[in-house]
Amino acid sequence: MNPWLEKQRHLIDFTLASLGRRKTKNIGLLLAYTLLVFVLASLTLFTHALRSEASFVLAGSPEVILQRMVAGRHDLIPPNYIEKIGRIRGVQKKEGRLWGYYYDTVLNANYTFMARSADEVADGYIMVGNALARERGLAAHNTISFRSYSGKLFTFEVSAVLSPDSELLSADLVLLSENDFRRFFEYPAGHFTDIALSVANPQEVRNIAAKLSSALPDSRPILREEVLRTYQSVFDWREGIVLTVLAGAILAFAILAWEKASGLSAEEKREIGILKAIGWETGDVIRMKTWEGLLISLSAFLLGFIAAYVHVFHFDAAVFEPVLKGWSVLYPRFTLVPTVDGLQIATLFFFTVFPYTAAVLVPIWRAAITDPDAVMRA
Amino acid sequence: MRPSSVVIGLLAALVLVVLALLASILHPAETDMQKLADNRAIVEKYGLTDLALFTEARYTRHPSQADLHSAFQDHPGALEHFPTGSLLAPRPSSINSHESLAGKTTSPD
Repeated sequence: MNPWLEKQRHLIDFTLASLGRRKTKNIGLLLAYTLLVFVLASLTLFTHALRSEASFVLAGSPEVILQRMVAGRHDLIPPNYIEKIGRIRGVQKKEGRLWGYYYDTVLNANYTFMARSADEVADGYIMVGNALARERGLAAHNTISFRSYSGKLFTFEVSAVLSPDSELLSADLVLLSENDFRRFFEYPAGHFTDIALSVANPQEVRNIAAKLSSALPDSRPILREEVLRTYQSVFDWREGIVLTVLAGAILAFAILAWEKASGLSAEEKREIGILKAIGWETGDVIRMKTWEGLLISLSAFLLGFIAAYVHVFHFDAAVFEPVLKGWSVLYPRFTLVPTVDGLQIATLFFFTVFPYTAAVLVPIWRAAITDPDAVMRA
Repeated sequence: MRPSSVVIGLLAALVLVVLALLASILHPAETDMQKLADNRAIVEKYGLTDLALFTEARYTRHPSQADLHSAFQDHPGALEHFPTGSLLAPRPSSINSHESLAGKTTSPD
């Protein structure tokens, strides 16, 4: 074997024997270290996966949603408003949307009612999200009644339950025909909730939004990129809250690790003195301690990362779920598709492995350059 | 066996596990990709704009479509008071409704 490698293996053997002499202390440190990496990695993996999934699926949302504002609040789109938009170059399709909220006193939850064309949902029928179907015990061909805001009772037959895989998007969704929607909410004829615009060229979206704002000063265009940014912010906010709560624990660990790494015990000083006295060079002592730092921090990082991956993608982040996901009466059940942000993992690796390894070196170097006799007597 | 061999072997195994996990992320399962594609198709078909995470209020169900600053509409500096903004769910006993009659009545409920 290469003499350099053989020397490193001997150094590792010696380091392990040295670590073994302070077994309880070092195992405690490794556990605390692994736990910290686990918490930080879980947080990173979960929020990144949720952000990625939101960005991926919502990339299919309409390029521009046009709302009408009255006195600073969202109002209905009146008849002929869509025609007022006129012909704007680049706009492929303009479609008035009908949707709204319905509070169900049985579940104490809000549903989102959305009108679809007659060829998708016939009059008298509805399609419901899987979470709603689960909570209300619904299946295809069941009937359900809702009391409208005007007090009238409407009965619908469930034509289909939306796929459980789409719960993240459709948990509380009720799709019904336009006629039923207008009757149920007594929606004024010719009015819409908002307008969805399809734009062929993504580069043109901002120009089109500017044209819409100048043509219709009472309108508020919402761009797809704003929708995506909203979800980045929502999960950034939750990640930030958890990090703030954890800041104390992270700081406490930093102090513990620094104390352990930088303050040499009398026993460790004597050990270095003996090593120097029997002929070890300063470089060898430093190499041995570098291995000690690396073995502990690298093991903690690898164990913590693997545990975090299993926790987030196989146990649905059970530990942090309430904080990171939030909660709601009608909360969707979903499993995230595994994804990682390389830069975040590299940052975590750098900030967990290197500072500890570096912190070990300074006091060792100081002790190692001192006269062995003085070190042993100290 | 030398202690260094055991530790190097264990570390190598852990590194391999991490690499395998990263590789599985880079090459996701067909079913996962299909699920994402289906969900995007649903978003395109129905023109959805938001995730159905929090259903309490319009600005929590559709944060991207809500009036600007609607979370602070009650008074300046107010944090929104819906459970969505809280960190932990309340005790189940405080949100449990009475016996659910859904699907148990003879007439449609």
